[in-house]
Amino acid sequence: MEPFDPAELPELLKLYYRRLFPYAQYYRWLNYGGVVKNYFQHREFSFTLKDDIYIRYQSFNNQSDLEKEMQKMNPYKIDIGAVYSHRPNQHNTVKLGAFQAQEKELVFDIDMTDYDDVRRCCSSADICSKCWTLMTMAIRIIDRALKEDFGFKHRLWVYSGRRGVHCWVCDESVRKLSSAVRSGIVEYLSLVKGGQDVKKKVHLSENVHPFVRKSISIIKKYFEGYALVGQDILENKESWDKILALVPETPMHNDLQQNFQKHHSSLQRWEYLKKAASQCPSNIKNEKCGPWLEWEIMLQYCFPRLDINVSKGINHLLKSPFSVHPKTGRISVPIDLQKVDQFDPFAVPTISSICHELDAIFTSEVEKEENQAESDIKHRTRDYKKTSLAPYVKVFEQFLENLDKSRKGELLKKSDLQKDF
Amino acid sequence: MRTTRAGVGGRKIRGRDLRASRFRFRFYKKSPATREGGCQALCVVEFAVVAGNKMEFSGVKRRKPWLIGDQRKASYPHSLQFYLQPPSENISLIEFENLAIDRLKLLKSVENLGVSYVKGTELYQSKLEAEIRKLKFSYRESLEDEYEPRRKDHISHFILRLAYCQSEDLRRWFIQQEMDLLRFRFSILPKDKIQSFLQDSHLHFEAISEEEKNLREQEIIASSTSLGGPKLELEYVYKIPFADALDLFRGRKVYLENGFAYVPLKDIVAIILNEFRAKLSKALALTARSLPAVQSDERLQPLLNHLSHSYIGQDYSIQGNAGKISLDQIDSLSTKSFPPCMRQLHKALRENHHLRHGGRMQYGLFLKGIGLTLEQALQFWKQEFIKGKMDPDKFDKGYSYNIRHSFGKEGKRTDYTPFSCLKIILTNPPSQGDYHGCPFRHSDPELLKQKLQSYKITPGGISQILDLVKGTHYQVACQKYFEMTHNVDDCGFSLNHPNQFFVESQRVLNGGKDIKKESIPPETPQPKQSAQKTKNASSALASLNSSLEMDMEGLEDYFSE
Repeated sequence: MEPFDPAELPELLKLYYRRLFPYAQYYRWLNYGGVVKNYFQHREFSFTLKDDIYIRYQSFNNQSDLEKEMQKMNPYKIDIGAVYSHRPNQHNTVKLGAFQAQEKELVFDIDMTDYDDVRRCCSSADICSKCWTLMTMAIRIIDRALKEDFGFKHRLWVYSGRRGVHCWVCDESVRKLSSAVRSGIVEYLSLVKGGQDVKKKVHLSENVHPFVRKSISIIKKYFEGYALVGQDILENKESWDKILALVPETPMHNDLQQNFQKHHSSLQRWEYLKKAASQCPSNIKNEKCGPWLEWEIMLQYCFPRLDINVSKGINHLLKSPFSVHPKTGRISVPIDLQKVDQFDPFAVPTISSICHELDAIFTSEVEKEENQAESDIKHRTRDYKKTSLAPYVKVFEQFLENLDKSRKGELLKKSDLQKDF
Repeated sequence: MRTTRAGVGGRKIRGRDLRASRFRFRFYKKSPATREGGCQALCVVEFAVVAGNKMEFSGVKRRKPWLIGDQRKASYPHSLQFYLQPPSENISLIEFENLAIDRLKLLKSVENLGVSYVKGTELYQSKLEAEIRKLKFSYRESLEDEYEPRRKDHISHFILRLAYCQSEDLRRWFIQQEMDLLRFRFSILPKDKIQSFLQDSHLHFEAISEEEKNLREQEIIASSTSLGGPKLELEYVYKIPFADALDLFRGRKVYLENGFAYVPLKDIVAIILNEFRAKLSKALALTARSLPAVQSDERLQPLLNHLSHSYIGQDYSIQGNAGKISLDQIDSLSTKSFPPCMRQLHKALRENHHLRHGGRMQYGLFLKGIGLTLEQALQFWKQEFIKGKMDPDKFDKGYSYNIRHSFGKEGKRTDYTPFSCLKIILTNPPSQGDYHGCPFRHSDPELLKQKLQSYKITPGGISQILDLVKGTHYQVACQKYFEMTHNVDDCGFSLNHPNQFFVESQRVLNGGKDIKKESIPPETPQPKQSAQKTKNASSALASLNSSLEMDMEGLEDYFSE
């Protein structure tokens, strides 16, 4: 892959926005079938330009307007905000208090830095294939809950471009949810509580809610490979002391301290811990006997950590899919839910790599093509298809297909009710 | 025919003087509504406004015939309701007042019981039931002849909406007490009556079938903390869109599947209360918008204003202790016996040699209440203001007049009474540069914490106070402050007035009541606290009730003047 140099961004972005950004699909998404008047026109976008110039309340009339503006301004970053009561670019002309955010997709942002206390391989903005499994588990757990518990049908998962993933829930009813309900959803999905000064962040009650139980089943599939082998969380005294900090001070605590020495791998030590936890004497009622302790440790090390502030505000701005990450050059691409386990953030195309691919193809095609004007248009509509961006756009198109299907179904239902034939 | 005090004058005579009724009728001739005479028949058109409809002035209004037997039962099928429909009958102004006062008494009791006892416990429930029964409101389904109490409940609720829709604080208070009342009534509703109540209230909660229940039995039991053991067959389970069960699903207290929450009957209460709160909140906002039309009715305006500001208790205007304080005692008294609101006002006055109008009123009247004479007050304020480089003549011209005015020696010559806690909390919030108000209500929690630290309150005490503030129990927070600064486990009174704080403080410091405890206040383990609460709450409630009567008399006197 072509190495990415941030200094080249202005040139690269120019090419990207002219030839590669999938405007048609993007507009198809945010227009939502044009069912609601001015839905796209009232959507806020924000651009971050060169030298960190940040402009909010951008809005556009239609797809071609969007294209022109993006090509003109060449934004380094694009964020998507809410659908407002008026055109955001005219918000200053609106009477005070009348300009309100009305609808927006329900969004989630999962960031690897929130796991720094439980991953040993990397910290802060760094990621590697070992800790990426945290994102895989997060996607599986959250997506299952959104789909099976909440009944949300249209969920788009996107790689953020550096160290995390975003989820956009686009169901019609979801876009209308209040801030209170959004907060409630995040609360439902939260299990890991506490900041730096809290050692034990997960506490389970005797009654284990089905959501928790199902999440644990998912974690179990990955725990050995991720935590015991990859992260090696019980490798040595320094690392297993952190686990022991989660075990209440009881005879079991000392027992583990001593016996961990005798074992030779994290795998063995974990097996021992599980046995010890389930065999606790019956007279100690309050200490977690049975599988709870084991589950609490697994959850603290593997369960997703959400940022409630991103999800609860209707007017919150979030990085747009197909936006470029200015530091890594990676494109924020949709993640194929059917192939979550195989997703590799390091294989995601960077803007320099796809521009390079495009250049290579273009030069060879121009040699063949005789009608220049015709080839220009053809190129614009199919350029991305010739690059590594193509499969990701396909995932996006599948998502759009599902949205369309739902919409048609809804319209049919409505017209049936009204007895329109 | 004099028309200036006509509104009040009309109330002067309690309905027997035909001349008076004709007088009243003539006053309202301009509005076509009350065409019919008769001193008792007043068209209560305001309720049409409450429901959001335009005010309707119909022509000749026929008095509704008395409902008999089944008709009465049909109009109020349950002992509790959501108050969805406003009443549409005629009532007399007397009844209007009485209903309002009674319901206010009830809601105040609800508030006090809620702070003195843990809600939902047996003691709380039985006390609340006693209060409701005493005031003759409805509560239980199975009793005979429920029509009158239910009707009273219905109408009085709507009357109070008029008084309590006017500000955010009033609305919040009203909604909180009405919710607690509804929660109690629902808790004593027999199970078999619940379904019909829900249906009649148009709440679309579908109970699921046995097979559906069986499919999800494990999950439902695992999710609900209120279900004890595998007794699901006996329980109704309702299927509700998840967004309608916010308080349940956010804490994972209910089973969610495909966008629906499967809620056992026991947990339905939380949802119902939420529905109720949302509906009432909307209704109050609507009422507030229509209020100007109602307030222009001069029969109602004084009553409504008085209701929403009504203070229950002593007013500390009687100065039996006048002249017993000397000016040089004030500095030390301010740290020992003043409530925090007055302590901070005194400090600000000493530091800035000035106070703005709000502060002068609140603090000046308080000083009057603790026993300062007019002469002392004039000297006190003048001394301080002069230190701020104020010209003595300017003081005499500008400020002394106001001080004399507040002592009732000028102008209207009303002897103004010191502000109660409620008045301080609810009216005239302080802005930048002001020092009046209630620190527990108006201070930012961080600043409050610092202030309490500077007053040498222990960290444990501070966190208890902050918790109470978070729960909007401002006066109880002040009671806690009292307890911490006077080193007693229980202050022994229910705080309603800053001067009461002072009186009680002096009592503790100068002997008299043997409240001082030997031991250091422990970390207040729960059982002990509630036991203490009940011991003193009953005495507090008793004193509250007696003072309630005092003030209600005052309310009636006001109208019969």
